[in-house]
Amino acid sequence: MPQQTVCPNCAEPLDQEDVFCEACGLSLLPPELVEPPTAEPPATEPPAAARPACVHCAAAEVADDGYCEACGGVQPRPRDHQERSLSGVAGVTDRGLRHHRNEDAFTVAATTLPGGAPAVVAVVCDGVSSSARPDEASAAAVDAASESLLTALEQGREPAAAMRHSIAVAARAVAALARDGANPPGRSLNAPACTYVSAVYAAGLVTIGWVGDTRAYWVPDDRAGAEPYRLTEDDSWAARVVAAGLMGEAEAYADPRAHAITGWLGADAEEIDPHTISFTPHVPGVLLVCTDGLWNYAEAATDLAEVVPADARTDPLGAAQTLVKFAVAAGGHDNITVAVLPITPLVETDEDHAPTLLDLPVVPHSATS
Amino acid sequence: MALLSKSHPSFAVDIFQNEYLADGAREVSAIVTVTATGGGTAARSAAPADGGGSTDAAVVIMVDCSGSMDYPSEKMRNAREATAKAIDTLRDGVAFAVVAGTHEANEIYPANGSLAVASEDTRAQAKQALRKLKASGGTAIGTWLTMADKLFNSRADIAIRHGILLTDGRNEHEKPGDLQRVLDRVTGKFTVDCRGVGTDWEVAELRKIASTLLGTVDIVAESSGLAEDFRTMMENAMGKQVADVALRVWTPANAVVKYVKQVAPAVEDLTERRAEAGPRAGDYPTGSWGDESRDYHVCIEVPSAAVGNEMLAARISLVLPKPDGSTEVLSQGLVKAVWTDDLASSTRISPQVAHYTGQAELADSIQEGLEAHRAGDLDRATAKLGAAVRIAHETGNDGTFKLLQKVVDVVDPKEGTVRFRKNVSEADSMTLETRSTKTVRVKK
Repeated sequence: MPQQTVCPNCAEPLDQEDVFCEACGLSLLPPELVEPPTAEPPATEPPAAARPACVHCAAAEVADDGYCEACGGVQPRPRDHQERSLSGVAGVTDRGLRHHRNEDAFTVAATTLPGGAPAVVAVVCDGVSSSARPDEASAAAVDAASESLLTALEQGREPAAAMRHSIAVAARAVAALARDGANPPGRSLNAPACTYVSAVYAAGLVTIGWVGDTRAYWVPDDRAGAEPYRLTEDDSWAARVVAAGLMGEAEAYADPRAHAITGWLGADAEEIDPHTISFTPHVPGVLLVCTDGLWNYAEAATDLAEVVPADARTDPLGAAQTLVKFAVAAGGHDNITVAVLPITPLVETDEDHAPTLLDLPVVPHSATS
Repeated sequence: MALLSKSHPSFAVDIFQNEYLADGAREVSAIVTVTATGGGTAARSAAPADGGGSTDAAVVIMVDCSGSMDYPSEKMRNAREATAKAIDTLRDGVAFAVVAGTHEANEIYPANGSLAVASEDTRAQAKQALRKLKASGGTAIGTWLTMADKLFNSRADIAIRHGILLTDGRNEHEKPGDLQRVLDRVTGKFTVDCRGVGTDWEVAELRKIASTLLGTVDIVAESSGLAEDFRTMMENAMGKQVADVALRVWTPANAVVKYVKQVAPAVEDLTERRAEAGPRAGDYPTGSWGDESRDYHVCIEVPSAAVGNEMLAARISLVLPKPDGSTEVLSQGLVKAVWTDDLASSTRISPQVAHYTGQAELADSIQEGLEAHRAGDLDRATAKLGAAVRIAHETGNDGTFKLLQKVVDVVDPKEGTVRFRKNVSEADSMTLETRSTKTVRVKK
């Protein structure tokens, strides 16, 4: 066997006598040496090709519960990495490098308004790691909210009202998890919880709704002519102290408490305060909705915009893939999810007017209807 | 047919652990709670309904008849009465025999080289025969167990086989090696509960027999307490519905099983009892089960992995051997290892693991403390029993705490400050030692 000097999986330096990589546990022996062939009659063996081999040690024995029968390593799960693409919206989620499962969830969908105009929807949720079953919380919120949003839009409800209603529906779905009796035994964790952001683009109007620190950004195609913009205001400790004028932004975000969230969906959320905003874009660009696994590596809208490919509006899936790869390369410390909604204004832009409009701070939508 | 319609209890496995490990950590601990339900009570209430009852269990009672059982003379009388009580508790249809144990083993009932089947008649005959239990001779427990084995073998069709063994003295009339050879031979063939009456027997010796044969050991300091104890023991034996259940522990390649212990209702180290069961799996014997719940502490050392990785550290199954040589998996649970850089997750200790780690330390402290006391090392003895008092107090093990109070004066239970009492009775000291392994469960 050729002598390996670094682990082929994680590049950890190896000693000559290493059988397994010290860092990632990868077996450095050919599989047949790790698993001496047994004398059992081959007739009882399932055909070797029936199951894919273990991704960690290459042994061809993976149990139904997803763990390798040889090295015990968990096999990739469907939620570890997912991509979805429709015409008009795409999204990618990834487990990242440092978390053992993906607690983010998202969906993208398209429908038509009663008048026949198309509407696209993206919902992104991030399970709160310190809560029980955060992966189930985010999935429940995404399912409940997207179903509610699509139904409301098809019925012709005003998007901001539909958004607030869907957030309430998602909140109830997550809260119900705390009462279904399936919490793991012997733990005193918080009730299942997640943060939430969703976007609707319909009839020329963009509507964003959120709770927590999942975010939405507006990134115009022409970044010289118009500023990229963060559309959401976090429900977080840092955002609160900045808003209250207690600290400057730099100081607040350097504080260890910066990312402590002050709003979430879950049975133990004191009061769900769904925020929504709407605006009508007049220049072409893309809308990003994402979890902090992405924006932690490019917090400012202008920094994030630098990572967004120039052709994002025509290849939203490619843009989402690029953004996720960027976050993984930057450390992948958290799960990463981003949905990209291409925005092509219905009316040809008035050259003099549009940039000014977009530079205006976004005013929170008044709670009418 | 009764044998075919018999259903064993259903088993549930619950795993309590903190699966999160810090970067570089390799040790995974889990408490495995095994609960059997639906077998014992159902079968017991069904027994009178089907007339003669079913022969699904066999019991051999071994009564010490060495010369010392006559000093004082009520010891032999109480042993006879206790055996009669145990016979009264036998369910119709259960196979049974009574053996008188001295430096050799003598069949008392049915005395035909086989087992009798319990009925109103055989119970009366057996009680009649108990007057043949007379004290004279020595003590060679290996011969008693050999006889029990022979009697059980006369009914190979019966799976649940249980012995009740009473002695009042040390195993003086055979070499330790002889007893060991017998234990090696009969291990796994039947289970035995051991009782020591008086204070002239050896705790360690009887514990070894009971541990090897997956039964309990206890002291009956006053022989007047034997009858009630025998009735309870027999009742427990009658409640057993399934024998030879094993805890199967699968671990991944390059992992090491550091230990497997039963930790409730009493501490019993099973680590050395492993029997290999296929690639990377080993079976640890648990004996027979009725409606009951037991806890096990499993500790595994896994190969380290990078932060963000998840690995199965152990797959824990309850398995039952089937007549055709295969095994039936009764229930299963997973012990996981997840590496994280979140300190809040990796430093959390499972309350169950913490609790039983304390209970095992409690048992060790008592045994080491009493051993030091016997060796005349009063400082070490006081320190060890002080530690025991502190843990018993902390974890709410009131039974053990009370037993400790009969041996030491507790000055401060929180700090574990104690003084040895003057004139500690042999009975109190032996009771503490015998029951040191009894644990309490985690407070809800």
